[in-house]
Amino acid sequence: MKVQAMAHFSAFSLLRNALTGHKHWPAQWPDALPKAEYDVIIVGAGGHGLAAAYYLAKEHGITNVAVIEKGWLGGGNTGRNTTIVRSNYLYDESARLYDHAIDLWDGLSQDLNYNVMFSQRGVMMLAHTVHDVQSFQRHIHSNRLNGVDNTWVTPQQAKEICPPLNISTDARYPVLGAAWQQRAGTARHDAVAWGYARAAAARGVDIVQNCPVTAIRRGPDGAVEGVETAKGFIKAKKVAVSAAGHTSVIMETAGVRLPLESFPLQALVSEPVKPIFPCVVMSNTVHAYISQSDKGELVIGSGTDQYTSYSQRGGLPLIEHTVAAICEMFPVFRRMRMLRKWGGIVDVTPDRSAILGKTPVQGLYVNCGWGTGGFKVTPGAGHTLAHTIARDDPHPINAPFTLERFTTGRLIDEAAAAAVAH
Amino acid sequence: MLLIHCPYCEATLPELEFTYAGEAHIARPADPSTMSDEQWRDFLFIRTNARGPHFERWRHAHGCGRFFNAVRDTVSDKFLLTYKAGEPKPESLPE
Repeated sequence: MKVQAMAHFSAFSLLRNALTGHKHWPAQWPDALPKAEYDVIIVGAGGHGLAAAYYLAKEHGITNVAVIEKGWLGGGNTGRNTTIVRSNYLYDESARLYDHAIDLWDGLSQDLNYNVMFSQRGVMMLAHTVHDVQSFQRHIHSNRLNGVDNTWVTPQQAKEICPPLNISTDARYPVLGAAWQQRAGTARHDAVAWGYARAAAARGVDIVQNCPVTAIRRGPDGAVEGVETAKGFIKAKKVAVSAAGHTSVIMETAGVRLPLESFPLQALVSEPVKPIFPCVVMSNTVHAYISQSDKGELVIGSGTDQYTSYSQRGGLPLIEHTVAAICEMFPVFRRMRMLRKWGGIVDVTPDRSAILGKTPVQGLYVNCGWGTGGFKVTPGAGHTLAHTIARDDPHPINAPFTLERFTTGRLIDEAAAAAVAH
Repeated sequence: MLLIHCPYCEATLPELEFTYAGEAHIARPADPSTMSDEQWRDFLFIRTNARGPHFERWRHAHGCGRFFNAVRDTVSDKFLLTYKAGEPKPESLPE
């Protein structure tokens, strides 16, 4: 496929297209048909997979790459998450990985020439019990030792930052304080996938949609030979699987069993309203989190359903519980009307940390186990996965996130991996 | 709302009465001291994570309080079968 010149976005190009009625914008990336062979195949065109393809092309000069997607680009968890970006994790390994991602988020719109609407509006995690207070303060101290921004705020300070918050002492779970990460915030989830897709395609990466990968084929020596897809066999010596909730299903075809369980994670949005909510607020104890999108919708997330499932729906009792929690924390939203709800399938590891690196199979790489919090790390996961594929050796930042840790017992037992308790 | 049949109460009840308790038919090793690290990993961490019929444990927490086994299709979330704890894994499943 011929590499297309990418239309550069600038004030000038916007003005020129405005004057011609926006009728001459070119397609942002071509929808490719697969070639017979690639140097690298990435399974899953979500943010992570597309970012890996982009950094493979940009930083490692590997452009003969295909990203193969069973549905449409960014239609899985990338398009289903609640767009929160933060890095206030407890352990050193996690702090390095998630802060690496925030460093990349910082300049991402300029790097991609695509506005991902990264907004560092701050993330507040509410403490409702003595245990919360102790746990969050431990996180804050650990974060500050690791150079990660995180501070403790009193209920009054929390109310100043977020006026709709109910800090009355007679609430069922009163606010005793909060951890506040100013550097955290939100980004436009679709734009992240589109921006990476456009920038990767401009460097020659093929993006193949509506093409489920049915199996990974291994040669007589055990090494990866390519992937079987709905559009036929595609050859590649290196295959990376970045398929979120379906990763274990695909990896099983290569004979690799993973310590993953797939759960539905639900979210919902309200009808759009004028700006009322200035930051992101999360609560472990009452089990909900909320922010307002730039379009004006309240974006509300819940915890995972209790049972494993691939249904991308989840059960209504959980949504009811989440909405009850939101109404308790923010009584002003009690009469808000909700527009829609959905579920995404998240792959959860026993220690709530990701698996990002090599596998026992030569030429097969995996990026999975992000559980309920993969969006925030999109640039960091893509960046380190690309390094791991290109060098056949992990980047120092993702080196601890091995599959072997479940054999050796060197877990990264990250209770903060989700904003809400599992 | 899932409707789950408790084989002890012999009643089909809303999911709110039940708690999920993970994959079924995972037997604790009979002779733990002879197990390799890989065998421990498989016992502790590796799960089938089936896409389709899944053998799993549930507990009728707000009812009789007992554990039982179920087969549920994880794509449709439809329960195919429930049976008492200790009964053998069913050979065939209903349509």
